[in-house]
Amino acid sequence: MSMPFYVSPEQLMKDRADFARKGIARGRSVVVLQYDDGIAFASQNPSRALHKISEIYDRIAFAAVGKYNEFENLRVAGVRYADLRGYSYDRVDVTARGLANAYAQTLGTVFTTESKPLEVELVVAEVGADPISDQLYRLTYDGSVAEEQGYVVMGGQAERLGALVGEQWRPGLPLSDVLQIAVRALGSSPEDGVPNLELAPAQLEVAVLDRTRPRRAFRRLTGDLLTATLGTERPTADH
Amino acid sequence: MSLVPPSSSGRLPAAFTTPGSASFVEFLAQAAPALLPGNRPAGGGDLVVPHATTIVAVRFDGGIVMAGDRRATAGSMIASRHIEKVFAADDYSAIGIAGSAGLAIELVRLFQLELEHYEKIEGSLLSLDGKANRLATLLRGNLGLAMQGLAVVPLFGGYDLARAVGRIFSYDVTGGRYEEQDHHAIGSGSVFARGSLKKRWRPGLDAAGAVEVAVEALVDAADDDSATGGPDAGRRIYPIVATVDAAGYRQVGDEQLSAVSGRIAVERQVGDPRA
Repeated sequence: MSMPFYVSPEQLMKDRADFARKGIARGRSVVVLQYDDGIAFASQNPSRALHKISEIYDRIAFAAVGKYNEFENLRVAGVRYADLRGYSYDRVDVTARGLANAYAQTLGTVFTTESKPLEVELVVAEVGADPISDQLYRLTYDGSVAEEQGYVVMGGQAERLGALVGEQWRPGLPLSDVLQIAVRALGSSPEDGVPNLELAPAQLEVAVLDRTRPRRAFRRLTGDLLTATLGTERPTADH
Repeated sequence: MSLVPPSSSGRLPAAFTTPGSASFVEFLAQAAPALLPGNRPAGGGDLVVPHATTIVAVRFDGGIVMAGDRRATAGSMIASRHIEKVFAADDYSAIGIAGSAGLAIELVRLFQLELEHYEKIEGSLLSLDGKANRLATLLRGNLGLAMQGLAVVPLFGGYDLARAVGRIFSYDVTGGRYEEQDHHAIGSGSVFARGSLKKRWRPGLDAAGAVEVAVEALVDAADDDSATGGPDAGRRIYPIVATVDAAGYRQVGDEQLSAVSGRIAVERQVGDPRA
């Protein structure tokens, strides 16, 4: 029988964090950006069925990177949490802040008590009546929460893409502009001398929370709609 | 009662993270069973609670029309003259309710949420038959309350995206589900409404024609049933009328309803040359 070695708490947490960070960096990035009429989400994801971006409630959406089975489980839990709240109180009482707290507790508890942390990073976004009341929460594998302004890039080479997006993003841009910024960043090459990728609509998963839509603000942009979005204004408003 | 059962660490309890079910009702049974109407004891005795009355549904080429009057009664008293009894179940279906009003509205909320919950979790819409069957299951959960006099009977209709037709389903209190041809009515005024529908409905109706047939059936029901309210031009209270077709659920506006009910009233005036 081998003797258990003493491992300092610092080392234990560092090992777990390194493990989770490595898992998250392996996947492809998701970019979340505010635009004048809402919040846009974009990711390189050729699958039409396995989503990284999803609707949680009327004005709330969820984006995730990392291990699919783990964030899918959190997504379903979030939908259940939101629907239960809305059913018990009222639809307006479901907030991104409450959901972000529930996720933070869950991620934090798993990080400290279970044998393996969740290899996921999440964004919970809520679209408000105007850009100032929009909320963007970023949650990491250890349960820490940060409220972000403007844009978030997570997963893959998040730091490099974040810098690219940061150079171009400004408050109040229309949807087509922020999507172009996101798509350019997602297709940018990691090394000098390697040409950037031109991502076609079929390789992208794109969705928006459109504040001008009446109840459910979430809308996926696919196919022709996505292609057209890069040239039109407010394509997701109801006619 | 806590909404979310506490767990020792503050993380979401197991019921939230158990994979498998796309049903909100099944989740509710695990996480907060007290919120399900069927799990509540009603006690005995004669309760006088508001009752919702007449709902009619009419099929036309490419969709359905559902209409409900605005009256709720408690015994011989009018409990409300502007209650709404026809709702969008989701984008492509409508539900109308008769029976114990409080429970019926709770059932509608639960049913709407059940459909939306499925749509969000699965990423696709339930089939129209799937929705109709879910409603039957919800009703079955209510059987105990129905036996104690708190019965709820819905009428469900919608646009079947796979077959590109409108379809109507009626129910009994035990959760029996019956698909209806062409038209149907439920509630206390349904006897008179059905008679009217039989005479006025014809194949090949368009949406506007079906709205007229449905409103006229409600007028006939209100004529002979004290628990059904007719169009009230003085207070500008008109039936709730909705169409469901390939374009989705749409509520018919008051202007159209005022024109339709005005026309019916004129036709029935004593001394009208057409009479």
